[in-house]
Amino acid sequence: MNAFGVLSAVVRRDLLVALRRKSEVLTSLFFFVIVASLFPLGIGSEMDLLRKIAPGVLWVAALLAAMLSLNRLFANDHADGTLEQMALSPVPLGLLVSGKILAHWLVAGLPLVLIAPLLGLQYDLSPRALLVLVISLLLGTPLLSLIGAIGAALTLGVRGGGVLVSLLTLPLYIPALIFGAGAVEADISGLGAAGHLSLLAALLTLAVFFAPWATTAALKIALE
Amino acid sequence: MSVITWKYASPQYFYPLAGKMIPWFSLLAVIFGAAGLWLGFFVAPTDAQQGEGYRIIFIHVGASWMSMFLYLVMAFWAGIGLSFNTRLSSMMATALAPTGAMFAFLSLWTGALWGKPMWGTWWVWDARLTSELILFFLYLGFIALQAAIDEPRRADKAGAILALVGVVNVPIIYFSVKWWNTLHQGASVSLTQAPSMAKTMLLGMLMMALCFWMYSVAVALMRVRAIMLERERHSEWVANLREVQP
Repeated sequence: MNAFGVLSAVVRRDLLVALRRKSEVLTSLFFFVIVASLFPLGIGSEMDLLRKIAPGVLWVAALLAAMLSLNRLFANDHADGTLEQMALSPVPLGLLVSGKILAHWLVAGLPLVLIAPLLGLQYDLSPRALLVLVISLLLGTPLLSLIGAIGAALTLGVRGGGVLVSLLTLPLYIPALIFGAGAVEADISGLGAAGHLSLLAALLTLAVFFAPWATTAALKIALE
Repeated sequence: MSVITWKYASPQYFYPLAGKMIPWFSLLAVIFGAAGLWLGFFVAPTDAQQGEGYRIIFIHVGASWMSMFLYLVMAFWAGIGLSFNTRLSSMMATALAPTGAMFAFLSLWTGALWGKPMWGTWWVWDARLTSELILFFLYLGFIALQAAIDEPRRADKAGAILALVGVVNVPIIYFSVKWWNTLHQGASVSLTQAPSMAKTMLLGMLMMALCFWMYSVAVALMRVRAIMLERERHSEWVANLREVQP
């Protein structure tokens, strides 16, 4: 099997497993929706204020939702021994890990991107700002999955792994948050979002290259 | 030469060496600290704009430098431990983390104390403050991850990967001033331009930085000795040590 075949096989398998447990997939999506809806209730319904906080709130909510789903990435496969079989297979583990991360993004990241414009409407964002929000999330959520995979692999089978993964990954998410929310803010204030989006894309490129590699190394340590 | 130096990669030989080095580094820390504090409080002139309040710079700048530098040193030893599978390197990384976290905290704290009279606020969401805070979180993450894993070798390796991933953050801290360009004053000391401050101030700052450096070495050596004893407690050389005899 060539590399692409392996990748698509892993992605298809992980998607299938995710579809068999729909509630888990939907939980992080509903978490995103609920957190985003809580802020107006806590802060007040002034439209000017909501417009101002919308990029940050939506991005932070997306960040937390992406983090919540991280333990699903490797934990089940680790528990039933699938992960060990993957490590033993002749295919490079890094390739399989890349496939799993891609599947994780399709299940946990892409729905957030698709629902974000709807939540943006609640915050009275202009159509243009909504578009920038979607682009920034489209570039940002894969970054969250990639970085989060490192944390998930490091805390695999560790006591209190769920809380620990947030301590490890949230600081590393901060650049994505700054540039992602910054892009929408810059667009609203008329500065143009191109610079922020370019930096976000640069971070994504860097992560696509290095994160699967670091994740693989972390998994090998966990499986030793 | 090489035989002599490589020998000290073994805990058995490094333990007594570290014990001999600790008093010297402690002494250096006291000397540099006394000189730096004397320069800072009695010799350095009062700043024209900031009055006497600026004198916290002597602690603040050194602590910030050390917090970033120690992270690099920690990541370096962790990386060496990961790639060459040397136990002592990983122990050194573990020993450095709490000191680095302490300096990051000290830098944030003194920064807040300095910011109140100068900017009128304890905290601003400026790029460098925020990056220092992230660095503090990275230290905490490293310490928490190592504490959560029972098996020492796995803790070493997992921590090493986290440190190497986090090391990407340290250059971002340094260049963030240029990237985001906000309220924080530019770097006080620059290698390319003539320093914009009085010579005595610069000297005082360097003395304090050296004091922190020597202190870090002494404390890290003390901690690494404790870690060596703990991990090698079943080995013969530990049993033969004079200090563990009943």
